[in-house]
Order: sequence, then C-alpha cells, then structure tokens
Amino acid sequence: MNRRMMQLAIAALGSLAVLAGTAHAEDVLIRNARVHTLSERGTLERADVLVRDGRIAQVGTGLTAGSGATVVDARGRALTPGLFGGITGLGVEEIELEPSTVDRSKAYGDGGHEGFAPRPEFDVTLAFNPDSVAIGVNRIEGVTFAMVAPTSDGSLFAGQGEIARLDGRADAFLPASRTLFLELGAGATAGTGNSRAAQFMLLEQATREANPAQPLRDGDLRLLTPTGREVLGHYLGRGRIAFSVERAADIRQVLAWSERNRVRPVIVGGAQAWQVAPLLAKARVPVMLDPLVNLPGTFDKLGATMENAARLHKAGVPVTFTHFTAPTHDAHKVRQAAGVAVAHGLPFEAALAALTSAPAEIFGVGQVLGRIAPGYSADLVLWSGDPLEVTSVAEQVWIAGQPQSMRSRQTELRDRYRPQAALPNSQ
Amino acid sequence: MKRRFLIGLALVLPGLPGVADTVPYGSTYQARPGAPTLIRNAVVLDGTGRRLDDADVLMRDGKVVAVGPGLDATGASVVDARGRWVTPGLVDVHSHLGVYASPGVNAAQDGNEATDPVTAGVWAEHSVWPQDPGFQTALAGGVTTLQVLPGSANLVGGRGVTLRNVHSTTYQAMKFPGAPQGLKMACGENPKRVYGSHDRAPSTRMGNVAGYRQAFADAQDYRNQLDKYQDELAAYEKKKGKDKDAKPPVPPKRDLRLETLVAAMNGEVQVHIHCYRSDEMAVMLDLAKEFGFKVAAFHHGVEAYKLSDRLAAEGVCGALWADWWGFKMEAYDAIWENLAFVDAPKNGCAIVHSDSEEGIQRLNQEAAKSMVRGERAGLAIPPERAVRWITSNPARALGIADKVGTLEPGKIADVVVWNGNPFSVYALPDLVYVDGAVAYDRKAPSSLPRSDFLLGQPAGGAR
Repeated sequence: MNRRMMQLAIAALGSLAVLAGTAHAEDVLIRNARVHTLSERGTLERADVLVRDGRIAQVGTGLTAGSGATVVDARGRALTPGLFGGITGLGVEEIELEPSTVDRSKAYGDGGHEGFAPRPEFDVTLAFNPDSVAIGVNRIEGVTFAMVAPTSDGSLFAGQGEIARLDGRADAFLPASRTLFLELGAGATAGTGNSRAAQFMLLEQATREANPAQPLRDGDLRLLTPTGREVLGHYLGRGRIAFSVERAADIRQVLAWSERNRVRPVIVGGAQAWQVAPLLAKARVPVMLDPLVNLPGTFDKLGATMENAARLHKAGVPVTFTHFTAPTHDAHKVRQAAGVAVAHGLPFEAALAALTSAPAEIFGVGQVLGRIAPGYSADLVLWSGDPLEVTSVAEQVWIAGQPQSMRSRQTELRDRYRPQAALPNSQ
Repeated sequence: MKRRFLIGLALVLPGLPGVADTVPYGSTYQARPGAPTLIRNAVVLDGTGRRLDDADVLMRDGKVVAVGPGLDATGASVVDARGRWVTPGLVDVHSHLGVYASPGVNAAQDGNEATDPVTAGVWAEHSVWPQDPGFQTALAGGVTTLQVLPGSANLVGGRGVTLRNVHSTTYQAMKFPGAPQGLKMACGENPKRVYGSHDRAPSTRMGNVAGYRQAFADAQDYRNQLDKYQDELAAYEKKKGKDKDAKPPVPPKRDLRLETLVAAMNGEVQVHIHCYRSDEMAVMLDLAKEFGFKVAAFHHGVEAYKLSDRLAAEGVCGALWADWWGFKMEAYDAIWENLAFVDAPKNGCAIVHSDSEEGIQRLNQEAAKSMVRGERAGLAIPPERAVRWITSNPARALGIADKVGTLEPGKIADVVVWNGNPFSVYALPDLVYVDGAVAYDRKAPSSLPRSDFLLGQPAGGAR
C-alpha cells in the first residue's frame, strides 16, 4: 500500500473514533480481516467480526450489520485481541524517579515503627489513576489490559493487584484476576532476613498465622496484622499467588510450598524455569517471563537463554510475557519481545497466545478477554502488518467495542515538532 | 597551533614524571584476518546510504576490497547470501559492557566514580572486565565495535574507550587501534541528584553548569601553564649549548583531571554528553562555544527532536533510543519519531545507542521502530538510510569513520550477513565478520566466544 492510501485509511479510522466516542456501544462490523481468533478456530483469512453491545457477536464470513453500524474495511490486515501488557505499574506510577507520582509499593524504609511487618493486604488498585499518560501511550500500541501490580520495598509480600482494562474507565479492574505478589530470591533484604531461608521461614510463619485451624495464642509473635491474616487466608487453599523468582532451586521450593498450601502459583521471571520445565508442566504452573533476558544479570539468572519461552512451551508450560526493564512505560515492548521469542524458536501462534489468551486464562479472565470469539469483550487491535513485527503499528484499537483515540501525549509532541521535511497532510 | 600538539603530552613533554614515550595503556589489538571471502548475491546496505540488490562483497586481508555486482571470486571462498542482507558491522556509541558487567554483583559496579562531580581523570577502560558475557551476546547481535563509557553520576565522568568486540583476557587487546578516546559528561538530573542528596554541589541545574565552567576554567589555566612551560623549554633548548648556567624549566605537576579537559578543548578526545532536554543541550552548546570544544553527540537526548535543525547545523549527532521514556522527568517528552526527526534535516546525524546490555543485542530493531514511525509521520526513510543510524553515524561520532561503519574499499571488513531484512523483529545475524574473519556463525553456536565466567557453571551460560 502506498503511503497516501495508508494515510487516508488512518484518517478514516480517526474520524470513526470521534463519531463513536460519545454514544453507548454501537454495532461495529470489521470486514475482510486476517482474524487471529486465539480460539480453536485458529486464524481466519478474509473474515468478518461483528461487535454488538461491546462484545463479539459473530466471527465468520459474509456477516452483515444493521443500519447505523460502523463498518470498517480491514483490507486483509491482521486483527488480534487486545494485548496484555504484563505486570506493570500502569496507573500507579507516572514517573519512576518522582516519588509524588509513584504509588506502587508500601514503603518500609529502614523498618520504621512497623518494622518490616509484611502487609499482604496492601492493595495497589486503590491508587489507580485511569488518566495516567503512560496508559494512553501504551494503549495506542495495542495494549488493552495489564496486571497492575505492587512491587516490594523490602518485604516478602508486595501486596495485591488486579488486571485493569486500559480504556480510561474508573471501574477498570477485573476482580477475578486478583493476585497476591511475593518476591523471593537474590533480592532478599534486611526486611526478609537477608537470606532465602529466612524468606521461606517468614512465609511459613505467615502461612501458619493465616490458618484459622491453628489460632494464635496470646503472646505468640505476630508477623501479620489481623487484616493481613484474613487476606492471606483467602489465598491459602484456592488463591493465586505470583512469585517473583528466577532460580530453579527456588522455583522448586515455591512449587512445594504451593502444593502444601493448595495455592495456584504463577512464576514471574523464571530465568532458570526451563531447567524445571517438566515439574512446571506437571503442576500446570504458568511462567511469566521476559524473552529478552539472556544474560546472567544475577547469579540467579545463570543459564538465562533466549530459548526459555520456546523450551517451556514445548514442555507444555503455559507461558506469558512481561517486560522487566521498563514494565510500566514500555509495557508495549512485550510485543517486540514476543517476536524475538519467535525468532528463537517459539511458534508464532504460541507467542500471540502469550500476549492474549494465555495471560487472560492464567489470571482468571479467560472467558472474557484474550480471544476473538462470540461472547468475548470486543477488545481488538487492527494492525498495519504482522502483529509481532517491529515495523507494524496498531492502526486502530477497540476496547469493549469502543474505538479508542489513537492519540497520546507523545503524538501531540510529535505533531508540534514535525520536521519541515515531512510530507504535508500526513497523519 | 602550539596548543594543538601540546596535549599529545607524552611526546612533547618527555621530562614529565610518569609519562612514557608512547600512548599510555596503548592498544595491543591484533587483527586476525580471515581467508579472502566473497559474499555473493546479497541485498547490501553499505552504510553510506546506498542499497545494492543482488550484489557481492569481497574481503581480503581484513579489509573490504570491493562491493558490487558480479565480482570475481578467484581465490576467495564464496558465501551464497541469496535472499539475505548484508550490512557493515554495527557500532554502539554508548555501552557500559565491562564496567557494569553481568552478573551485576556489588563487585562489578565499576561504571561511576561517584565520589566527585568532576572525575575527568578516570578512564572507563581501567574498569572494563573483558569477561563480561554481554560482549558475546552483543556480537551475536552484529555489534563489532563499541564505546564503553563511564556512567552519568558526574558532571564530567571520565574518558570512554572504543573497543573491538573480540574476546580477550585484557582490554588493551580489544582497544580499537587509533580510535580517539571519548569524554563523558552529563547534564540534568543525575549529577544534581547524586551530589545534592549528599548536600554537596551540584544540587541544581545551575550548579551543574557552574561545575562544568569552573572545571574548564581550571583547564584553561592548566593549559596556560603548559604553554608557558613549553615556551621556557624552547628557550632553554636554544641556549643550553651556549649558556652553561641555563637550567631546564620545571614542568607543571601533571593533573590527570585537567589533562582530559585540555584534550577536549584541543579536539583530541570526542566529547559525548548525556543530555535529555533540548534546553539543556542548548546550554551545553554554549558551554562548548565558551571553552572551545566540539560536542560529538548528545546521548539519551529524548528531546533532540525539538532542536534537530540546530544539531544538524552544528554537526552534532543525537545518540538516541527508539522508545525509552518516562522513567524520570527529563525523559517525559520522548517520542518514537525522535531518531527519524533528528535524521531529517540536511546533515542530520541520528544514532541508535543502547546504554543497555539488552538493547545492544538488537540495535537493528530499535532503528526499525523509529524508521517506521518516521515514515508514518511523512518522512522517507528506506533501509539504506536507517542503517546509517547503527553503522556510519556512530562511527562518525567516535572519530573512526575512516576505518569502520561503511562497506567501502579499504575499510576494515566488519560485516554482518543477516537472515533477511535487518529491520525486522525476526532478523538475526547469520554471520558476523570481524577483520574479514568469521567471529560468529549462527549455524555453529560454538563459534561464539565464551566468557571465562560461564565455564563450568552447572546452570549454563548465556546464549
């Protein structure tokens, strides 16, 4: 396609966004797309997707829409579910080095009056700001949902997070995705006894405190607050706990603890996860990894390899991605990382699943998000080319059937400073 | 002109204590040229802005001999590159490999001498650990030359070193023969945060600028002392045969810190400035004017696009990321098109830099990201133009454009054969040549050098 044609197409989509911005969900018919359904139907060429009341109504060929529906001709381009941005601070940190804009962790500082008392009840979603600039910048890259997660500031328990929809709505969170986050391994601090063994000791003690079958007696040393005990108790027996952990030996400990306490673990990081792939596969424990990690940044990451994702997938381990270097501002980089994983042996479909259906399933929202199938929320991205390619961009993003503005603070700056050499009238 | 050669101190001031008669810590690099090789039928992006389809590259004795269609293969081993693309070896102008090595243990934190805001006397090369496994993963990404810089904690962080990306037990054996050293300076938040938090100057941007100015004013004074000594020495040489009582002048005490700054003013080191904001770049250009030095490149300049015409007019490169932003206030105004916009004016010089052991492995993809955004913003940026951002432009900023960065006859035969168009997420180097010899062959993973550190680790090494 020549540039002029592309610009016209984009301009058309832009005006579409304006038209549909106010009214409640109109029908949308996206025609003639290469639809990556992420369902058992696979990838459909020249297919149509009908969106009604914010949900996918039909996927097929020759679909028709009622009058008043918006019709978009995809001209054969790729349509995918909206992408998952990984474990991020979207909406809870604006600028990492400016504390007044960061709410991602409960500070423990040097211990303070509370010492390093773990606070699993810390719920980072309460600080969420749907108007964060970082959300808009990532949304126009096709990122429509992300885990908004706390980070630890010296405690074993970082706290709780949930998946947020990134369309600027106030009620952004999906409660089914609620997850408790723990950080284990080489990052052990004064607050966790400067030892992995102390981390597991503290975890064991907190577990005991949270177990109503083993009530504490007066005078027992208490690690958790009453609320903390209650919250941790909710996770024991049925809950989902994400463990930031890299080393194979530590992953084995996490698997053993999780089995004892009947917890559903998610391994975050897992640079050495490929070394325990059969164990992870057997326990159906998913791994959230950054495919770009291939250096021993710490001793815990010895053996890190670009093939981590491919090896885990081959062994049957559910895999999804997160970007560690700049997980909030560059959350979108999971898409590039997925492409790199493909270059290193991960099947394309598995990489796309790792950005869409896999994280939705891992975090309990797999019936709503991550697929293009009837009943699913119409969170969609129309791409200029191969959805994993660095030279492709999101042409249009929909969330719950609503076309999203494809502008951000960055596009405003771009247009203010566009050089003379750029063609006039271009997008 | 006297000043020009003065700070080739070593030769001019043989009487100075501790100065050898050769460049200290000199390169011991030995090129190990491969057999004559003809890469045949490739899409060649030669780094000068040209694209040649179905073209050949002939290498002999470590040098590029010819580039063009249908070259004579007599005496050369032939690599069939049909369907593949060929570029010069990639050049990274901003790396901390070796000085912030993997694993990032406490013992490896050798990149910032954060004990004084002006540490112009330190040389990054003296921190380089040649066994950083990151050198090899960068090689697998096509990087054959890189500058290792001190960090940005200080106003003046010290000298950078340009390395050939070869595995060695010493950094001297990696040191690029004849490449000038760099001088690393830093604007903005980092120095004022590092020192301000210790109740020391600088704690503000104005404190930063006062710090640079005083340092260069001290260097001017030092240069005057050196000039005076040189005059006295000349006078002494003239009369020492005739006048028995003539005494040789006493040279000024060497000051390593000021030597570096004098070298910058004399154009003997390339000045690289970590600077995010366009207004601060303008201040630094004025500083350069005040003290008579030239800025080779602004690094991390996320706002370089706001000043692209002036940068181009003054011949200053922008060493940039494609999409890093928002991690601090001075990085808030980043745009994806930055590289493309800095590249756009006549004489514009855009460079993709990494500042990252991860990013250095995929400089081609970083270029691709800004290339496509620039095109969508209305600029024509074909691959043969964008490839300059990762080859000839960084070579220019490093002062080695006469040696590497393009595939022209006589240049060092650093060459990458890609499995396809390098501006793709799926692109991987199939073959990386250094001095015309295969340094990495993707089909033979054992060809990749292996850091001593990774030997015998039961958990395995990087790949």
